[in-house]
Amino acid sequence: MISRRKILIGGAAATGLIVGYSLWPSGRREHANRLAAQPGERFLAYWIKIADDDTVTVLIPHCDMGTGTFTALSQLAAEELDADWSNMRAETAPPDPLFANGALVEGFALAHEGLTRESVPAFLQGTVLAAGNRLARLMDIQVSGGSSAVSYTGVYGIRVAAAAAREMLIAAAAERLKAPRNAFHTQSSRVIHTPSGQGFRFGELAAAASRFSPSSRPNLKPKSQYTLVGKAIARIDIPTKVNGATRYGIDVDVPGMQFAAIRISPVFGGQLLSVREAAVAGNPGIKKVVKLDDAVVVVADRFWRAQRAVDALQPVFGDAGIARVSSASIRERQLEALNAKTRKPVVAAGTEAGAGAEPGAGATPETRAAECTYHVPYLAHAAMEPVNATALYRTDGTLEVWAGSQDGLGSRAFCAKAAKIPLDKVTFHLLPSGGAFGRRLPGLWNFLTYAVQTAKALPGIPVKLIFTREQDMRHDYYRPSVTSRFSAKLNSDGTPGSWANHYTTTDDANAGAHIVYDVPNQSYDAVKVTTPVPTGPWRSVEFSWHGFFVESFIDELAHLANRDPFEYRRALLQHKPRHLATLELAAAKAGWGGPLAPGRARGIAMVECFGTIAVHVAEVEIAAGALRVHRITSAVDCGLVVNPDGFKAQIEGAIVFGLSAALHGEITIADGAVENRNFPDYPLVRLANCPAIDVHIRESDAPVGGGGEPGTPAVAPAVTNAIFAATGIRIRELPIAKHALA
Amino acid sequence: MGEGLLQIQLHVNGNPHDIDVEPDAPLLWVIRDELKLTGTKFGCGIGACGACTVHLNGKATRSCMLPVAAAANAQITTIEGIGAIEGIGAQGLTAVQAAWIKHQVPQCGYCQSGMIMAISALLADNATPTEDELGAAITNICRCGTYTRIRAAVASLAAGAARGGA
Repeated sequence: MISRRKILIGGAAATGLIVGYSLWPSGRREHANRLAAQPGERFLAYWIKIADDDTVTVLIPHCDMGTGTFTALSQLAAEELDADWSNMRAETAPPDPLFANGALVEGFALAHEGLTRESVPAFLQGTVLAAGNRLARLMDIQVSGGSSAVSYTGVYGIRVAAAAAREMLIAAAAERLKAPRNAFHTQSSRVIHTPSGQGFRFGELAAAASRFSPSSRPNLKPKSQYTLVGKAIARIDIPTKVNGATRYGIDVDVPGMQFAAIRISPVFGGQLLSVREAAVAGNPGIKKVVKLDDAVVVVADRFWRAQRAVDALQPVFGDAGIARVSSASIRERQLEALNAKTRKPVVAAGTEAGAGAEPGAGATPETRAAECTYHVPYLAHAAMEPVNATALYRTDGTLEVWAGSQDGLGSRAFCAKAAKIPLDKVTFHLLPSGGAFGRRLPGLWNFLTYAVQTAKALPGIPVKLIFTREQDMRHDYYRPSVTSRFSAKLNSDGTPGSWANHYTTTDDANAGAHIVYDVPNQSYDAVKVTTPVPTGPWRSVEFSWHGFFVESFIDELAHLANRDPFEYRRALLQHKPRHLATLELAAAKAGWGGPLAPGRARGIAMVECFGTIAVHVAEVEIAAGALRVHRITSAVDCGLVVNPDGFKAQIEGAIVFGLSAALHGEITIADGAVENRNFPDYPLVRLANCPAIDVHIRESDAPVGGGGEPGTPAVAPAVTNAIFAATGIRIRELPIAKHALA
Repeated sequence: MGEGLLQIQLHVNGNPHDIDVEPDAPLLWVIRDELKLTGTKFGCGIGACGACTVHLNGKATRSCMLPVAAAANAQITTIEGIGAIEGIGAQGLTAVQAAWIKHQVPQCGYCQSGMIMAISALLADNATPTEDELGAAITNICRCGTYTRIRAAVASLAAGAARGGA
């Protein structure tokens, strides 16, 4: 984290950009034009093409999953080009190495000098492992994750490419007028010869400009000259999202297409033992029953026919030797692992996690200590569009796949591997996703595997495989269940004199456990507890659990020290001006310390992740044991904001996402399988229980931070801290719905 | 006609369609896969999330559990048709759709077809719902969490209706 911050500050300096990218050899440009340029347009630099009619098209190497990146990235490009906003278009980049998201990876790779598996962000790890740790292969991905679209692709990729394209347009104008390049400026999609005022449209110059080489270090506009960046421009993807016209992966229509429904072994990894094929023989429209290792698929001419048939098959699966695995057994193993790591076990056998922040009997103020254990459950992504993919395996050995994915290029390679054919035989069409939140990242692609396996069983027939909601919920890659234990000693002034944190992990130690507070004698210890439950990145990844743990424990220490939780945090942030200012802004906007209606209380929490600091103040009411979250007031510092309204929307959404998890979110395991089936047993926030949300953006000179994820982690602790303030009940285990509040 | 199939006439967005289908096939899949109107979405299959909401004779109806035969004599409106039928703006957008753009409501947008259909039906009955009435009437799930913008958009529509003397 620290090295990433350091380098980003250098990189985001207004004019000197330290991260360039290699020049585009002319052969690559021709390849790009063949792949993705229409007659009358051509590429100037990576991701940027300009047409004769002045249209500038930005090829976005990300999936549209609702985060507004197509708009924000187009804004950055238009800003550097001085293009008129009305001339801007955005397209999804083809899943080709040419448009691979090198900028994203460079951002992370440079941030972690001496890249190792451990230092790669969790959302990229699947790809790194698949690539055998080879950085070269890592460049060939197009990941939409890690809140990186604007902060990496935009800042280090598209912005630079646009600035380079602008210089090429100027070079073309200079050549035409035989005048020096520095005699030109750009404005409203025109290059103007400053002394004479003579101007050329971008479209007039584009063909000549494309014969120059893009510079890897073009001059970038200083922030003070921005006219588009920082404006709340209306999102370009919204008009087709209000009239049903946006085509998501699930909406693909291929001539001759058939539909597939799947039943996967409820027990993770259970082998398919038998199916009652006779039960569907002769049913209308059934094309084939495809038996896979741990699943059965029915292909039919209509989805509902396939779905009913797969139910009628009554498949029987093996238990993979994990029939005794349950949520309780997993938590028991986590506690055992922590107890083995903790010198003095603080949780007696049979008691709930969380012995409580109690001053020891007879303790003097100098020896006040707290030991607390927290726990979070598994969570599903539950995006509104259930995972799905359409695949056509042709008799000539080529494969075509259509799907929403958070990595188009990686998906293409993955499908080639799944079909056991070379990459150049595979075409992948990246389509918008009805939400993703991590579910469509590399390593979480069971829907692609099953779609390709099904297509291979029916050569020449395009097959659309759709998971029902039940299959989507029971065969996700879950936000891990984690147990975390803290101990701290307070100084005589109440501030923490030490901080020790032992926590479980499914893979590696988490940088996200580390606190920003000014506390001496910090120690961290991660203990690996593996389970058969598949896990994966979930909006904000490790911060979703460490945010709850850390911000709960610091709140407990504040109360132990008889301090106001806001003031307590303030005192520990004196060397962190950005954090301090964000904290103070949230408190001021929420009226911290001000009068409240009877029965109401406030809680505060702060989490920094993906370069953005988010502080939430929750105002709650508990009446007759029922919790109502009335309002979340949020202050967020993400450095430079490209599109303030789009950024706010991401924070609002991330807050609701975090609130669903805090209030109700829990995937439970019994007999080696997920118990939840559908929305009634995996409740999500709806209009009736959505609080008012006020987001206040604090602009700073920090580099552009992420927008999609940072709003999520601080929600749960803000609410549970408010519940404590209202009731004295400390919730150390999510979700809140498991606890009686009266 | 295959075994167990019936010929059913559906009236969708003002157009009649004759289809051969099992009478208990869910209306959602008939709309999506037979009529190729994919704006209506599959979310849960059990009527719990509202992504599949269409209008049946103007009433918001979750189509994923409704047997197609039950819709045979009804006027069905989907998100593709609502603008043409109710549209008043230059782009054939309803006031609700226009408010959705003005307030920049959608994120991924997947739930918004159903959300717009549900809210349009509510506002036809009650042009000025309170926040509580809105929450009680609209139980559609938006996983992106656009609820506060939905509230703001509905409030602006309600304010317009109140000014218009509705």
